[in-house]
Amino acid sequence: MEDGFATLSKIVGERESAIVTRWRQLLVEAGGSGRIKDAEVEKQCQDFLASFVAGLGGGATSATDPAFAKARELLAEVSRSRANQGFTPTETATFVFSLKEPLFEQVRASYPDDAARVASIGWEMTQILDQLGLYTMEVYQRSREDVVRRQQDEIAELSTPVVKLWEGILALPLIGTLDSARTQVVMENLLQAIVDQSADLAIIDITGVPTVDTLVAQHLLKTIAAARLMGADCIVSGIRPQIAQTMVHLGVELDVVSKATLADALALAFQRTGRTVVRKAIAKG
Amino acid sequence: MDRIPILKLGRALLVSIQVDIHDRLAKALEEDLSERIVATGARGVMIDISGLEIVDSFMGRMLDNIAAVSRLLDADTVVVGMRPAVAITLVELGLSLTGVKTALNVERGMALIGSGQYEEIDGDDALEGGDERNDG
Repeated sequence: MEDGFATLSKIVGERESAIVTRWRQLLVEAGGSGRIKDAEVEKQCQDFLASFVAGLGGGATSATDPAFAKARELLAEVSRSRANQGFTPTETATFVFSLKEPLFEQVRASYPDDAARVASIGWEMTQILDQLGLYTMEVYQRSREDVVRRQQDEIAELSTPVVKLWEGILALPLIGTLDSARTQVVMENLLQAIVDQSADLAIIDITGVPTVDTLVAQHLLKTIAAARLMGADCIVSGIRPQIAQTMVHLGVELDVVSKATLADALALAFQRTGRTVVRKAIAKG
Repeated sequence: MDRIPILKLGRALLVSIQVDIHDRLAKALEEDLSERIVATGARGVMIDISGLEIVDSFMGRMLDNIAAVSRLLDADTVVVGMRPAVAITLVELGLSLTGVKTALNVERGMALIGSGQYEEIDGDDALEGGDERNDG
């Protein structure tokens, strides 16, 4: 094993520039590299090859060996940046796998008459590059998951605003389905806003909620109960006709004051807080 | 033994809970409060829990008990100053304190108890009776 790696390390060390040239050519043929500058690809190739040689020379026997730490770090960096730039999994994995061909060519050129040796070195090389390739895919997958998670957080944050309609009157326009996690966020935001603005009325507008089943209704009731404990009353508005019918068919009961539109709810809120809206004649100038 | 102070504010009683409540303290508070409601003829009881950071089902039941006792003695109970985290916990525990009125702070709580009095002025001579009790 170690003998094979040492030989491989020597061959790669001696013919580095030839390998890099061929490798880059293969990467260009595989396509997808147009999104990264040539100079950057070349630097990535050179850096990885150097750390790969260092790893081989360090007596490593598998890709998880500490001697390959530097190489893995570089691969993770490459993989992460490609995941963020929207490369496909194939394009990302090609970075490592396309190194096989130039390496094998060089090994064959070094021992033109010793087929058995070429085969054994080639096998070891294939194994180690496969492991590194799999590692690349793992990092790629993890980076994509991070992106998805971040986007989910952002959506949750964006879709639960609490707006002040008037002194002491808050509105909570809900958009999208209410699950347990979102209910928690909505509740926290609403209660904090009630404290911050000393509000005594909150209008929960569910125009943007696609369906109201028993679970969603339960979440709504929880939010309303929590707001009541803080001393604020809630009005539900924006129940669409189909949703109202579905709720009745499902036997969902929302035991709260509800109004058809946000405007009606605001009018009720004004009435409850002793305000009246007066229309004045506007002088035309 | 520790006792929770009960302050008289006009025709309301103010109880400010600033420490962790345990069984004996809750029992003592219930007894003290019911005696004071009768003695002062209070029409409202305000329980300020702005100092409480942790609640459990025991705490929720205690508030419900106090409210029930006060109602029997003809006084409204208003829980004021509940923190958002406490409200969420109580709801998750399934305790939404349906028998209790709530207000954001002591000021609003006073207004709530006060508004009940105005109704009585409009209604009948209950206020006079109350005043006599206060003087005596």
